[in-house]
Amino acid sequence: MKYLGLEYITVIAGFLLLIVGLWGIISQKNIIKMIISFSIIDTSIHLLLVAIGFIRNRTAPIIDSSVDKLKAADQITDPLPQALVLTAIVIGIGITGLMLTYALKLYRQNKSLEINQYKSLKW
Amino acid sequence: MKILKNSILLVLLGFMTWMLFNLYKDYDSRDTLNDTARYYAEKGPDETGAANLVTSVVVTYRGLDTLGEVTILFLVSAIIGLLLKTENGTRKTAMRASSEFMITAAKLLIPMISLIGVYIFVNGHLTPGGGFQGGAILASTFILLLISISRNKIGHKVLELTEALSGLSFVLIGILGVILAAGFLDNKILGTGTFGSLLSAGAIPIIYSLIGLKVGAELSTIILELNQVQGKED
Repeated sequence: MKYLGLEYITVIAGFLLLIVGLWGIISQKNIIKMIISFSIIDTSIHLLLVAIGFIRNRTAPIIDSSVDKLKAADQITDPLPQALVLTAIVIGIGITGLMLTYALKLYRQNKSLEINQYKSLKW
Repeated sequence: MKILKNSILLVLLGFMTWMLFNLYKDYDSRDTLNDTARYYAEKGPDETGAANLVTSVVVTYRGLDTLGEVTILFLVSAIIGLLLKTENGTRKTAMRASSEFMITAAKLLIPMISLIGVYIFVNGHLTPGGGFQGGAILASTFILLLISISRNKIGHKVLELTEALSGLSFVLIGILGVILAAGFLDNKILGTGTFGSLLSAGAIPIIYSLIGLKVGAELSTIILELNQVQGKED
């Protein structure tokens, strides 16, 4: 049994959220619920990315009074995954807004948010 | 049929769980930085002058990514505007007027929240924060404005102008980096200054402020577009 540090808890939470989101996308019929599931998957990926960059007993990658500038490489966590997550969050917002707009457009066209009602792409 | 569907779903999720469990079993926490991160940690403070290493990665080392990201946000707001374009622009939806409390509270809070947003993106190179976070806070001010005063008084013009000008300046600063310094989006076009002070890290505070304004304007545009179709029947 491993020692259950913060990074392990974060990885487990990320994986659980990933499964919950996948279940939501596959099983839900309502378009809005599918969009929410997509956002849950998005969040789980962010958690996993941050967990990858985490190193125990180290501080945030900001050089201030708690970090020695010359020994920074031994005192801080990885800044790169955090920068990538910063990017991913903003892109996630954009994609969610776009999906909601499409949902709105679909609702205006057919007056329904149930995915079963849309058969034009079925063969 | 329903049982078949549910069992397929169960098998699929079970397979996914098994896969992720195997990934987790092999996962081991790191205790050293890899080469890239070590480079950022050792050379970053001297090369960029930014105390916040995440900022130096986002704005300088991976500045092109950030430019692309801001472009994606712009595209999203443009597409949403295109999709939700109202057929007759002057149409007004009936909405109850805000209460006195709401208006007074909004008048009190909006300047303060804007100030926090500006503080966060101006100090992006020193503290946890930056253009995207500050821009999101500015957009939250806009939501408060939208629900407190009538939406018909808010014009697109200011938002569009802010967005266009800050985006243009961002690219121009990037090109200045090619002429005056080592390459596109190099922050050394200005002096790096004293490490840890507000006016340091070259062009990073300027670039991050522009990103903050641009992100704030873009998110506000998205909110405004989505708000304009609220309660609309057609």
